[in-house]
Amino acid sequence: MVPQDLRYTKDHEWVRVEGDVATVGITDYAAQQLGDVVFVELPEAGRKVTQFSAVGVVESVKAVSDMFAPIGGEVIGTNPELIAHPELLNSDPFGAGWMLRIRISDAGQVAALLAPSAYEKLTAEG
Amino acid sequence: MAQVPEAPLTTPLDGRHRALGARMVEFGGWLMPLQYSGILEEHRAVRSRAGLFDLSHMGELFVEGPGAGEALAYALTTNPVGLAVGRAHYSMICLPDGGILDDLIVYRLEAERFMVVANAGNSGAVSDALSERIEGWPCVLDDCSRVTGLVAIQGPLSVSILTPHTDVALGDLRYYSIAAGSVADVPALVARTGYTGEDGFEVFVDAGRSGEVWDALMKAGVGRGLIPVGLGARDTLRLEAGMPLYGNELDRDTTPFEAGLSRVVKLDKPGDFVGRAALEKAAAAGPRKQLVGLELRGRGIARHGYDVFDGEGRIGVVTSGTLSPTLGQAIAMAYVPPARSAAATILAIGVRDQRIPAEVVPLPFYRRPAGAG
Repeated sequence: MVPQDLRYTKDHEWVRVEGDVATVGITDYAAQQLGDVVFVELPEAGRKVTQFSAVGVVESVKAVSDMFAPIGGEVIGTNPELIAHPELLNSDPFGAGWMLRIRISDAGQVAALLAPSAYEKLTAEG
Repeated sequence: MAQVPEAPLTTPLDGRHRALGARMVEFGGWLMPLQYSGILEEHRAVRSRAGLFDLSHMGELFVEGPGAGEALAYALTTNPVGLAVGRAHYSMICLPDGGILDDLIVYRLEAERFMVVANAGNSGAVSDALSERIEGWPCVLDDCSRVTGLVAIQGPLSVSILTPHTDVALGDLRYYSIAAGSVADVPALVARTGYTGEDGFEVFVDAGRSGEVWDALMKAGVGRGLIPVGLGARDTLRLEAGMPLYGNELDRDTTPFEAGLSRVVKLDKPGDFVGRAALEKAAAAGPRKQLVGLELRGRGIARHGYDVFDGEGRIGVVTSGTLSPTLGQAIAMAYVPPARSAAATILAIGVRDQRIPAEVVPLPFYRRPAGAG
């Protein structure tokens, strides 16, 4: 079961919304599909991102995958630990493996995100 | 009716891979394990302990008869006539224009019996080419790829894990040698060859009995830290060891010279061989491109197909790249102009919209410690 206090995207990102700040990462399902993560590329603070656009890259040993912004706004921070420890995405994707923080520009966009049960259904179907 | 794609073949060990939770991938027409516990863990196991590989997808082509050695010397770039019984060498089969059809290992099993091991994806093409090329010599080709299983154990603990389960005297089996005997009471050819840069053995058996060999070695090794290893780690291991992969570093548009493998083109052997005229010309003219090793000096990972730049512009292409688990840094192989191929040359690799500096380094990236087998 995925954390019930988060929202999700069909591309396997999770979002924690606290006021107008969204904390974003990828789910354990995504990390499992990727295999060992060896490199993470994240947008710089100050960058404006639109909902569902590609904003970062997660690289496993064998493959390069885009990571999408679940919500639009301004990037206000990224997780510095991921530079030296990209494997946090595998070991703790919902906690220490958080990826970026966005100041939300349009709170209405939260409605486009998936509830935990909807995301679970998606991943159960494979 | 539209062309129906053929389903991939499975090896006799397929059920075991699934039971071990392997993620399967299609490779060379076969469904093979990409990884079990994870590529990094499997890679590290081979470097520090041992790993077990199912390589049953490889092609095994036997050439037998009084003319077998000469026929292979005509068909390939090396001179198997000079191989002692029980010895092996790395070789190539080239096209008349000098391009590479496959890279191979040739084993001399008996005075008049050789085994040629080809890559899975090229096995059919190699078999066809060999049967054409050996015509005119007293020998026959027997393609046993579909009935031969291959289990490999690679890593510093390989000798101690395998020794109690084989009647082959491993202490007498030098690197690039092969002996007939048994493993787990199954008749086998045991070769001290591999594609990882570690000590290890490749065990050839009847396909139907590969399960017995796999099970025996897994049981023997599990207490010593042996784990099953898939194609994902096989690729990172060979890349660290500076070994080329057909389809990446080697293809029909590349000569052995360009891939840094002049040593397998024996222009001084007697008689003609397929590709001789073109390769003599290529040797005289010099290579059009040169394979180099690169270490990235900035943040990023190079991948197959990424562009290589110098100050002037695009000069080449990455053939293979990854994050080296042993070195902890991004490594790559690439083709660049010979004039830019000297060690310590600083080039750049295009990674998405950035140019990451990369330094030409001698191959291999990793060499196993001296005395480790």
